[in-house]
Amino acid sequence: MTDWPILSVVTFIPLVTVLFILPIRDDTETGRRNIRNVTLLGTVFTFILSLFIWAGFDASDAGFQMVENVEMAGSGFSYAMGVDGISVLFVILTTFLMPFCILASWKSVNHRVRDYMVAFLILETMMIGVFCALDIVLFYVFFEAGLIPMFIIIGVWGGKRRVYASFKFFLYTLLGSVLMLLAIMAMYWDAGTTNIAELLQHDFPASMQTWLWLAFFASFAVKMPMWPVHTWLPDAHVEAPTAGSVILAGILLKLGGYGFLRFSLPMFPLASADFAPFIFTLSVVAIIYTSLVAMMQDDIKKLIAYSSVAHMGYVTMGIFAANQQGVQGAIFQMISHGLVSGALFLCVGVVYDRLHTREIAAYGGLVNNMPKYAVAFMIFTMANVGLPGTSGFVGEFLTLMGAFRANTWVALFAATGVILSAAYALWLYRRVIFGPLEKENLKAMLDLSLREKVILYPLIALVLFFGVYPAPLLDATAVSVDALVNQYSASLQAASQLAQGMQ
Amino acid sequence: MTAELLNTSLQLSVPELMLAVGAMVLLMIGVFTGERSVTIVSGLAVALLIMSGLWLVLFTDNGAAYGGAFLSDPFARFMKVLALIGSITAMVMSVGHARAERIDKFEYPVLLVIATLGMMLMISANDLIAFYLGLELQSLALYVVAAINRDSVRSTEAGLKYFVLGALSSGMLLYGASLVYGYTGYTGFDEIARVLGEGERPLGLVFGLVFLLTGIAFKISAVPFHMWTPDVYEGAPTPVTAFFSAAPKIAAMAIFIRLVSSAFEPIRIDWQQIVVFLSVASMALGAFAAIGQRNIKRLMAYSSIGHMGYALVGLAAGTQAGVRGVIIYMLIYMVMTLGTFACILAMRRKEEGNVENIDELAGLSSTNPFMATMLTILMFSLAGIPPLAGFFGKYVVFAAAIQAELYWLAVIGVLASVVGAYYYLRIIKIMWFDEPAPEFAPVAGELKLVYGISGLFTLGYIIVASPLGLAADIAARTFF
Repeated sequence: MTDWPILSVVTFIPLVTVLFILPIRDDTETGRRNIRNVTLLGTVFTFILSLFIWAGFDASDAGFQMVENVEMAGSGFSYAMGVDGISVLFVILTTFLMPFCILASWKSVNHRVRDYMVAFLILETMMIGVFCALDIVLFYVFFEAGLIPMFIIIGVWGGKRRVYASFKFFLYTLLGSVLMLLAIMAMYWDAGTTNIAELLQHDFPASMQTWLWLAFFASFAVKMPMWPVHTWLPDAHVEAPTAGSVILAGILLKLGGYGFLRFSLPMFPLASADFAPFIFTLSVVAIIYTSLVAMMQDDIKKLIAYSSVAHMGYVTMGIFAANQQGVQGAIFQMISHGLVSGALFLCVGVVYDRLHTREIAAYGGLVNNMPKYAVAFMIFTMANVGLPGTSGFVGEFLTLMGAFRANTWVALFAATGVILSAAYALWLYRRVIFGPLEKENLKAMLDLSLREKVILYPLIALVLFFGVYPAPLLDATAVSVDALVNQYSASLQAASQLAQGMQ
Repeated sequence: MTAELLNTSLQLSVPELMLAVGAMVLLMIGVFTGERSVTIVSGLAVALLIMSGLWLVLFTDNGAAYGGAFLSDPFARFMKVLALIGSITAMVMSVGHARAERIDKFEYPVLLVIATLGMMLMISANDLIAFYLGLELQSLALYVVAAINRDSVRSTEAGLKYFVLGALSSGMLLYGASLVYGYTGYTGFDEIARVLGEGERPLGLVFGLVFLLTGIAFKISAVPFHMWTPDVYEGAPTPVTAFFSAAPKIAAMAIFIRLVSSAFEPIRIDWQQIVVFLSVASMALGAFAAIGQRNIKRLMAYSSIGHMGYALVGLAAGTQAGVRGVIIYMLIYMVMTLGTFACILAMRRKEEGNVENIDELAGLSSTNPFMATMLTILMFSLAGIPPLAGFFGKYVVFAAAIQAELYWLAVIGVLASVVGAYYYLRIIKIMWFDEPAPEFAPVAGELKLVYGISGLFTLGYIIVASPLGLAADIAARTFF
């Protein structure tokens, strides 16, 4: 094991990078190039360092690892960091996606490059922090602080309705989160600690669990986003710059699922069991309804945004199935979706950079002059559909299996989503890639540049690799998920025994 | 009073005596050197306040002076330091502005010193009479300061409005004090608490309590006694507004805490509902009324009303954690508000002078990135977004409310804070998303310093949260 605070280092390297790029002026081409290079270097360095977390991580240990704890007497919280099988993958996913985001913004962002990169680096620190925080107040701080850079990113570098989208994004998620903040305070007074590891051992009274669960639900459901509080997502996605969409879909949407796994399920097991049917209903509605909505979109980004909501439906369903397959599938689905939807947004960015429109109708027949692009887009589309052999399949299959064990009907309805997703994704693909190449402005479009290949090819490799060999991800999560599921069923059993004893 | 007692009393009140004597000396210097003396008088006034603060921190012991009417305890020291910092900052900020607006009169720093003296007496007051004397000393100085720009209709109107309403509230407060005295037979806080602790709670006394709290609510501009705030904030010269929004609020909140936590502690049931009402009303009005404002000073007035509401959430809890929360909240509020007013003072063009419409901030992030970044930090902090200081302020007060099981108060509070976030976001939107307006004139060094320090403090609060929290702990323990 390492004896240096690796989690803090990885978390705060992006902030240190900010200090390096702040003095660089971005009003000359050289300055802008330097800023881009330094940022890329910083994010790649962060990724490489985060691999040490992966290397040092002991998959056979269910508890928190690489724990750091600095007491901060008088402040009401402590600086505690640590990862377990549930969070470690998200840390790597974040650091992995970040260099791609920077690369994706290489050419498309020329206006206020320095501010843009600063915002992204701050965002990266906040996102890594969320997954590493072992103190619930610290978690909230990172969780909410991410709103600030995202608000600026959407608002300054976004599309036409950027102001509306940024306000909606900010206020919607803030409204969800403040109730969670109150719940956090109530938990603190009940348990006398803000340390997550200790809170996991604490039994909250059953009556309190319901309220706490609802407060956390308010926050995570919006973040996730679950139907019917998903409406901010299409707006935010459509207006955000490409890299912003990648981060939104790839990482920010995972905060909700992570929150459910970290807090709702293990800390409020009784309430979770009570509310599971409710979650199943919302998940199934999300899967079916938003898939149908996605089908009818004429904006590529909006379509992918709705498809994200549908895919997150599988995640919530898997989590609250609360068995080994469901939870592991949910985590796998989140990682896979992070790669796939991120890649899809990058694909949209490729053509958007050339044509500056996201209208599906504006495209068609791209296979003729962009064959490499067509292949890349196809692989990600297939992964989005959940074709066996791609990472999308593993997650969907496992969550469906988990749901089947918990409730057959839920699994039945959710499975229709697989067909619907094939419908909208393939139709999108047909309209953009196939057909005759008629439009004049499309004919001049060049195939993938070297930079775009560097972005897309590694993602293709990973999506296919995890599709045929998911073991590295599943092994990393297995022990922690086991412990989580066992603890969950143990506390349910204890509660029912208690209830029987009372009768 | 024996010589020995007098000696102790004098020793405990050295910082106040320094200010009292110093103010007279400064006045003399001003009178005999004439209008040219404003720079030197301002400089000396700042030095005087700093000396007084240092003496307070380094050499003042705990104890009661002047027959128990004046207390020197950790709570008083903490709040006095805050009030002094607020006064000093406001004075530093006003120098350049006063010169540009040709209202640089030497009376201004002298009046601020006298007002600060009044605040310090108020914070230490342990007796209704001492409280009233401190309050009036502060208020009278503030009435004059509000109207200091005597050639401006707006400023004189603001001063007059403030005076009339302020006098009314002082009258109510005095009436309340007389009722309390009538029903308990004492004016000292400790004696009142003793009498109330024996179980007596005549109706007239509750009336007195209500009138007293009304008077204080007026001073901290809690709803429904907030009417004067937007007009005075808008009308008074900006440095004066900056001063109004910081130090006097600290002092009034301090005496509010002391009054309810010591004198009226035994009848907590009675005052708690009043505080809860003031708090809810202030938070709601502060959140909704500011949405329509275009004038940034008026907007900050509503913002300050809302923030007093949040601070009162902690007081409503009536616990040690609650008082601690209020103390921390006031500290953070003061830093944020002073920084914001430094930015407002920096909204200045060569030809137009100071501008106050929020649209003038358009595109500030490209014309003056440093100021825009600092103001953005301050706005996010006022909105209560982590990891900035404003979040931790809200965290401590709401945590206290949750502990005291005032759940719905906390829920209303956080919802109001989301509504309030909208108008802070709008200012950020104007600075970052909109096309640039004409550039502001180069910002004076002292203003840069103030908003720089304030922004960095707000940003780095998470690092200093621990020592400040411990200091607030000690201060709050005074009452429990």
